Amino acid sequence: MGEHTVASFDEDLEQISQLIRDMGDLAGSMVSGATRALLTSDNAVAQRVVSDDAIMDARQRELDDRAITLIAKRQPMAQDLRHVVGSIRMAGDLERIGDLAKNIAKRVGTVGLSVTPRDLSHSIDGMAQLVLIQVQGVIEEYAARDAAALAKLRADDERIDVKYTSVFRELLTYMMEDPRNITACTHLLFCAKNLERIGDHVTNIAENAYYVLTGTQLPANRPKQDETAMSVPAA
Amino acid sequence: MNIMTEQSLETAVDNKMSAKSNETIKMRGDKVGVFYGEKQALFDVNLDVRHNQVTALIGPSGCGKSTFLRCLNRMNDTIDSARVTGKITLDNEDIYDKNIDVVELRARVGMVFQKPNPFPKSIYENVAYGPRIHGLAKRKSDMDAIVESSLKKAAIWNEVKDRLQEPGTGLSGGQQQRLCIARAIAVSPEVILMDEPCSALDPIATARVEELIDELRQNYTIVIVTHSMQQAARVSQRTAMFHLGYLVEEGATDKMFTNPDDRRTQDYITGRFG
Repeated sequence: MGEHTVASFDEDLEQISQLIRDMGDLAGSMVSGATRALLTSDNAVAQRVVSDDAIMDARQRELDDRAITLIAKRQPMAQDLRHVVGSIRMAGDLERIGDLAKNIAKRVGTVGLSVTPRDLSHSIDGMAQLVLIQVQGVIEEYAARDAAALAKLRADDERIDVKYTSVFRELLTYMMEDPRNITACTHLLFCAKNLERIGDHVTNIAENAYYVLTGTQLPANRPKQDETAMSVPAA
Repeated sequence: MNIMTEQSLETAVDNKMSAKSNETIKMRGDKVGVFYGEKQALFDVNLDVRHNQVTALIGPSGCGKSTFLRCLNRMNDTIDSARVTGKITLDNEDIYDKNIDVVELRARVGMVFQKPNPFPKSIYENVAYGPRIHGLAKRKSDMDAIVESSLKKAAIWNEVKDRLQEPGTGLSGGQQQRLCIARAIAVSPEVILMDEPCSALDPIATARVEELIDELRQNYTIVIVTHSMQQAARVSQRTAMFHLGYLVEEGATDKMFTNPDDRRTQDYITGRFG
């Protein structure tokens, strides 16, 4: 892509791109921190994730301000317009990812107090790894301007949905086995749901990034595998 | 009786004719080339102007957009060295055919220029001049009606109705431009060509003219040359991008300004032209 006749236009756009990269990196570190804190009952890490959320919010506000100012000043067109509007949307999804990671971090204390979480949260570990790969991947592929990889990444969310369904069943089994697990497992269930939601935000980001890069939308239908919303498995 | 009378048959045909869709081609340029002396300014332009739509011509200075616009009502005839090749039709009729009356053509294809250029006459006379030379009004009352309706269509009636005898040059720039649009409308054209009609106007006057263009689209086919990308995006349904005398790309305005196909269009509208 060539440079603008007005060089400061390029600088303004680059600052917005940089904020998206920063927010993406922060989202990755928050998700990884929150899951690590959950799996190891590490309250210090959990605290860091909670305080990181304030930074995430500040970044989003800064991006909004910059984007609005850029639109007012420069009236961007075509790929520049898509870039600015897409960034606003992506920042919204990244901010939500931050919120969900913070919510997981906040549950660390409660889960850790009731039982040894390691036994119960094992399957969440696998799910969290998948989510983390998606969060980091979407920012990398967008930076690399790889539209095909973004389309594939969006389809890969299905694996998280499958994993979530199995975590859901597993936690339900623990609860039926021993009612004393119910408190911890309910919290873990919320954590799993949060991770699944993070995956959904990643697909939104992938869709937006794809649109920014190509000017066309990905097809609306994406395979969905979250069966927990449709039926509760029989005992 | 099931036989169609001659009368009802005619009505049926009329109805069919009036149900012209917006996809109908009003004017068509077929391999249009323009030479100013030895120098070729326009190359092989194929461009359709659709019925009752606004077509915007954009491109950097010297790209040929105004040259093409001026071909559409043979304004290039007024330049001695200019020579037009190819074919341009209005309702499938070749406008460069030797049987075409250029004066009548320019009544059907009116023009509004970059700088408002009212005649040094009264507001009334500015609008009445065209209908008079074309013999469109027999009585004073007919002429009054044409002047009033033209000024109303150009959205300037309320501002000038109490001072129709004052000179047109005494109006503000934006009012003068709308007066010129009223003057163009007065001879009931089918197509209105606008060559940067807002470039000499302030934002408020520009907004008025843009609003007017949108209203005029109901009854007229409009072709507008503009240097303002935002204006092209706002007022037109189709956009054609010119560069170095060639038509680069033509398409629906919404697409041209969000996701153009051609790299040159993209560079131009995003401000990357070197």
